[in-house]
Amino acid sequence: MSGLNYEKILSRTVQDITPSGIRKFFDIANTMEDVISLGVGEPDFRTPWQIRSAGIRSLEAGATRYTANRGLESLRRAVADYVLRKYAVEYDPASEVLITVGGSEAIDAAIRAITEPGDEIIIPQPSYVCYDPLVRLAGGVPVILPTKAEHDFKVTPGELRALLTSRTKALILPYPCNPTGAIMEKADLEAIAEVLRDTDILVLSDEIYAELTFGGKSHVSPASIPGMKERTVTINGFSKTFSMTGWRLGYACGPAPLIRQMTKIHQFAIMCAPTTSQYAAIEALERCDEEVARMREEYDDRRRIMVAGFNRLGLSCREPKGAFYAFPCIESTGMTSERFCERLLYEKRVALVPGTAFGASGEGFVRASYCYSIEHINGALARIEEFLKSLKK
Amino acid sequence: MEDLRPVDRKILKLLEKDARLSYADIATVVGLSEEDVRARVDDMERAGIIRGYKGVIDWERLDSDGVSAIIELKVTPKAGLGFEEVAARVAKYPEVEAVSLMSGAYDLNVVVRGKTFHEVAYFVAHELSVIDSVTSTATQFVMRRYKEFGVNLTEDEPDGRGQISL
Repeated sequence: MSGLNYEKILSRTVQDITPSGIRKFFDIANTMEDVISLGVGEPDFRTPWQIRSAGIRSLEAGATRYTANRGLESLRRAVADYVLRKYAVEYDPASEVLITVGGSEAIDAAIRAITEPGDEIIIPQPSYVCYDPLVRLAGGVPVILPTKAEHDFKVTPGELRALLTSRTKALILPYPCNPTGAIMEKADLEAIAEVLRDTDILVLSDEIYAELTFGGKSHVSPASIPGMKERTVTINGFSKTFSMTGWRLGYACGPAPLIRQMTKIHQFAIMCAPTTSQYAAIEALERCDEEVARMREEYDDRRRIMVAGFNRLGLSCREPKGAFYAFPCIESTGMTSERFCERLLYEKRVALVPGTAFGASGEGFVRASYCYSIEHINGALARIEEFLKSLKK
Repeated sequence: MEDLRPVDRKILKLLEKDARLSYADIATVVGLSEEDVRARVDDMERAGIIRGYKGVIDWERLDSDGVSAIIELKVTPKAGLGFEEVAARVAKYPEVEAVSLMSGAYDLNVVVRGKTFHEVAYFVAHELSVIDSVTSTATQFVMRRYKEFGVNLTEDEPDGRGQISL
């Protein structure tokens, strides 16, 4: 062993990003046997065969080199066409689209491209876990906006206005939302646009679940609201929509000056996104609407079973309108969400994620993914029912 | 029955995928009461839209010695009856699992199941080929089944996901 003083050598900022106590719970859950898990934020479907096949064909054709830093031109064009067709926002594939390693890299690059030390970035929570640490790594200050169940976990204009300061640099809009299943509808976004009008605040819209909305509500992109395109960077990717998590591919669309700076970061940190994935992604964007519709319909079936199930068990559960999670309230059990999940795991071998994994405002809730077959979901619900009964004894 | 409604089609799709899905679950998915779902299913059974519920079984995993063959029949159609009469006759044999009228080089595609190779061969020679309007038969034995009714019969791919991820 060397005598190196790691405390000294490791960045203070990085060390201060503590993997929450929940990490331990996760590690235990991931090694336990006979668990019925509703804990995974990843599609159970395989990547549609035609997409895999396009990747294989590109390998056969010998496409094994770097692409342009910002991504294949044909893919950037396909992205621009897709975004226009789906969300009615027009981007120039040459200057306003960047292909990244998953949506995650695009989020990181966007945050780094705008953040000066001390800049504040507003993060609604409960939400996906990456925003807060990425803002800190960039030297920024995360400002948490706790969304509320009674507002369907949406960002309201009043809550937003109350957090604005002269240091506010950006607002993250993580909708459709992991873990709450909340979406922001057109009127909700118009109200937010009204608050941001005449400010110098950027919106970072993480729309990774955009194609997974239910109940006849299709996704509205904030950039499609008049006056918003110039102040919005839209981040999306292939993982959730096309069941392509392992391909690590995403993209950012936004104003050319921002994309130019993000491209620099991407160029030096990454070079380019995986070439095979880029070729496969063109197939996904151009010819997989039916496959996506089929998966969406199946998620919707499961969503209904799960929501009805939790409500039947007395864990009140709002209808999630997007993503693939239910977010039932467990306050009636008198436990914290972490305690609830721990006991459920140890006593009945069901894995759920405590709402607090997604921010303190997730207390009182748990996340259940419906990336599982109906049979599997029913099996988990049956064990949760036993657990709840055992509490009453 | 009256025209099929979209909800009926949805019920059919769910049953086609998993005929063991409970009425309660179907009701939750389509947004009807359990009684209504039961009534729709009964109607569709009576109307002959739902013809049955069967398991998908991979007999090859047992030491089953059954064999299947696909028999291509060329048939001289009868005036006024076309292929209907001969197809109905072929379908009557319990050995016959499926009969379809085909476009292309032959007319009827017949799937036959028997205990042994010999039994199937005997059946073709002594039952099918002697039917008056049958002009020729070509028998192809099934060596191995990989997928049936949309269900993969080869080894399952493991899930591969952990118990928890964010």
